[in-house]
Amino acid sequence: MIVKINNKKYTATKGQTILDVAREHGIKIPSLCHHPDLDVRASCRVCVVEITGRQKLATACSTELEDGMEIYTDSSRVQKSRNLNIELIFASHIEKCATCTLRFNCDLLKLAQEYGVKIARFPDRKAKRKTYKFANAVEIDGSQCIDCNNCVEACHNQGIDFLKISGHGHEQEIQPVKAKGSACIYCGQCANACPVAAAQEQGEWQQVEAALKNKKKIVVAQFAPAVRVSLGEEFGLPYGYNCAKKINTAFKELGFNYIFDVNFGADITTMTEAEELMERINNKKAVFPMTTSCCPAWVAYAEFYHPELLPNLTTARSPHIHSAGAIKSYFAKQKGINPKNIEVVSIVPCTSKKYEAARPELTYKGKPLVDHVLTTREFAFVLKKNKIDLAKLPESEVEPMFNDGSGAAAIYGASGGVMESALRTAASLACAQKKTKNKLCVSRLEFKEVRGLKGFKEATVDLAGKKVRVGVVNGIAHFEALLPKLSKYHYIEVMACPGGCLGGGGQPLPTTNAIRQKRLEGMYAIDKGKTKMRRAHENQPMVEYYQWVKNNKLASKLLHTKFKATNK
Amino acid sequence: MAKTLNILQKIEAAGLVGRGGARYPTAKKWSSFAQSLKNREIGYIVVNGAEGEPGIKKDAYLLAEKTEAVINGVYLANQFFGNDKIKKIYFFLKHEYHRDYSKKIKEILDTKKYRALSKKIEFFIKPESPMYICGEETAIINIISVRRAEPRLKPPFPTQSGIHNHPTLVNNVETFYDISLVGADNYEGHRLYTLGGAVKHRGVFSLPAVMSVREVLQATNNYPDFDFFVMTGGEVCGELLRSDQLQAPVEGSALVMVFDKKKTDLKKLLAYWLKFYEAESCGLCSACREGSYRLRELSQQTNYDKQLFIDLLDNLEDSSFCALGSSLSLTVKSMMENINKK
Repeated sequence: MIVKINNKKYTATKGQTILDVAREHGIKIPSLCHHPDLDVRASCRVCVVEITGRQKLATACSTELEDGMEIYTDSSRVQKSRNLNIELIFASHIEKCATCTLRFNCDLLKLAQEYGVKIARFPDRKAKRKTYKFANAVEIDGSQCIDCNNCVEACHNQGIDFLKISGHGHEQEIQPVKAKGSACIYCGQCANACPVAAAQEQGEWQQVEAALKNKKKIVVAQFAPAVRVSLGEEFGLPYGYNCAKKINTAFKELGFNYIFDVNFGADITTMTEAEELMERINNKKAVFPMTTSCCPAWVAYAEFYHPELLPNLTTARSPHIHSAGAIKSYFAKQKGINPKNIEVVSIVPCTSKKYEAARPELTYKGKPLVDHVLTTREFAFVLKKNKIDLAKLPESEVEPMFNDGSGAAAIYGASGGVMESALRTAASLACAQKKTKNKLCVSRLEFKEVRGLKGFKEATVDLAGKKVRVGVVNGIAHFEALLPKLSKYHYIEVMACPGGCLGGGGQPLPTTNAIRQKRLEGMYAIDKGKTKMRRAHENQPMVEYYQWVKNNKLASKLLHTKFKATNK
Repeated sequence: MAKTLNILQKIEAAGLVGRGGARYPTAKKWSSFAQSLKNREIGYIVVNGAEGEPGIKKDAYLLAEKTEAVINGVYLANQFFGNDKIKKIYFFLKHEYHRDYSKKIKEILDTKKYRALSKKIEFFIKPESPMYICGEETAIINIISVRRAEPRLKPPFPTQSGIHNHPTLVNNVETFYDISLVGADNYEGHRLYTLGGAVKHRGVFSLPAVMSVREVLQATNNYPDFDFFVMTGGEVCGELLRSDQLQAPVEGSALVMVFDKKKTDLKKLLAYWLKFYEAESCGLCSACREGSYRLRELSQQTNYDKQLFIDLLDNLEDSSFCALGSSLSLTVKSMMENINKK
């Protein structure tokens, strides 16, 4: 069909909205509450347009095109309504811009500036609103909320339903539900859907800045697999662009003493986890399926909602905890540094890692293994605040004692990546165990059946003759459907966030399914590029460290963890 | 001849329109519902007795005085759309109406003619707040579907996808009453007017559906002999008219309310409206949630920014999600333009 937008003709197909077609053709229609992966709610009224023959203005996000429709996106009526709605929303949001991590990327602030919105005509009305804090990971600051409901929907889409709107009208407020059977799992999908950082991570960047200024501290940085393919988005680099080596330089610019890569830790995780998988497979009394436990939101979910499954969780710690252990033990010893003076800062795509880092069992010599956790968003904010343009930085390398991990580590941040990494190593371990009897044991390298953005993926794989059934839960909302048939599997990966860590709650805004796909492609490209080291156990420095841990009987202190039920 | 027509054809011939106030042709709604049911297993019917507009008492009158006729209208609908297809029929009632009339409704449902129908009838009490939007059909669908009390985007229309995503027909109590009359070939083209305020004869009157304010006042012997103005439509969602503007037709919820000019404090009236709208906003859209709040806030300031006040009204009229926002604007503007300026 043919429609007219601002007197120019465009072709559209049935079912497309005005906003779809406008965006397709680069016609600017501002919006605030619209998120491509969430239901259209049309609540902010910022995307209003004028349609010939209609009495009221219409919202472009919710109005499907009809043949012959004539639309005006910037008429004086539209301007008047749009600007006033932006002003009303701006007045309902207490600006905390000075310390807000979204400051450089805030749609509301941009709209207010772009449309010259008057900011002093209405007094603040939400100054006394509460902030709800969920552990040390996520918070919802009611004084910043603009009532779009995106957080509630994101939480609902995770199957958690921990958030609700209470009350109505101007008094309504987003609140956690008080029901006993409900708990936040700290995944941060609410924060990822919030356009104005009312739902956000609990910031730690101020502590990190303070640590960097403290001359007595050796401050080290490490960054997770998913950060390298997303941080660039904040600096105008293409989606999925691998900016790992620029990140190394950025750390140096900020004054970190040593730079590490969590990918090295991911290889430790793979080794630990693959060994445990093989042990379970060779032990007739073992509990199956073994599940991954590197996603702290999944751990929080299991501990609260399914404590009966805690014996199924692998005891392998998660990658940044593993690499922090390597830094505070092995690296500190080699360098002659007192580990108590080391502050480890992890940059992660995740909000639940903040909660994980504070877990009492994950300490070393009386101090947390990881001292501070920043999300990708927080880190981007710190860089911008310090006027460091990541895109323009030269490349540099990590601390040479460790390295930037194998190809298997690179895909850890994609749903199915942990599974694939563990299978690569488990297949080799299985072959090695079998080799004495049979010389023809080929271990597979790629397990493409567990890749991609489907909610649940499964495969039967051959580990040196043993058929192993594996499944991958991509997004915690898909876990419950698996429960009845769980016993059919040997090994299950669970990532709470859709897409895995690349779609994590701490990732840049916006995160959409289309953007997840691009980040995913970026990760698998890194794996492909690691031609000589695509399996964790091929990472020589990691193997040396791993051996050192075992020789010194430090496995329980540095490799394994435990869990406990939280719903009592 | 008339006997060969089915109820839908009769409704169409009678030109029935929805009595919730939006005047949508009933036959069109029914046809759309029937069309949806063709490809679907089940559907729902809702009898809307939410009556959220203050001052309107017509549903109460019908539930009290014409109970069987209302039920008969529901019976005809169930029969027409198919007893097998209609899974449930909800009587969605304001709390007081449920308290006062559900017993009588149940007694009639317990008679032989309606016993089969009664099995699928369920009473649903309208939530206390926000009360206004809870009478809007898509909000009713949300409430019955255990979702938040707020309007839904259309399309899909309720007749396509309503309660639990099944086709749903929502008709007003008065519409079912009219349907009963149409079914018995007794429909005379009347509707129910509520007369209130400073009139001699308050109450609900059955009069021809299209009438001017003056005609309604005269026909009910209520034409004032003092200086007055009227509110027509609804008590808060309506229009204020001067005594020289009475040729306007009575629309909306068919209220005609007379104000004694000398005894009426317009500021108080405005404050009442603004408070009502602020309290009744469901909170979904920024134009109404924030707009109604800021209008009330502005109106309480001395020397408030009059242009901003008008801009907020214009914005509600142009960009609010549902009709409540627009009616706030129309109502307040009618006072500014029809009464204050003169």
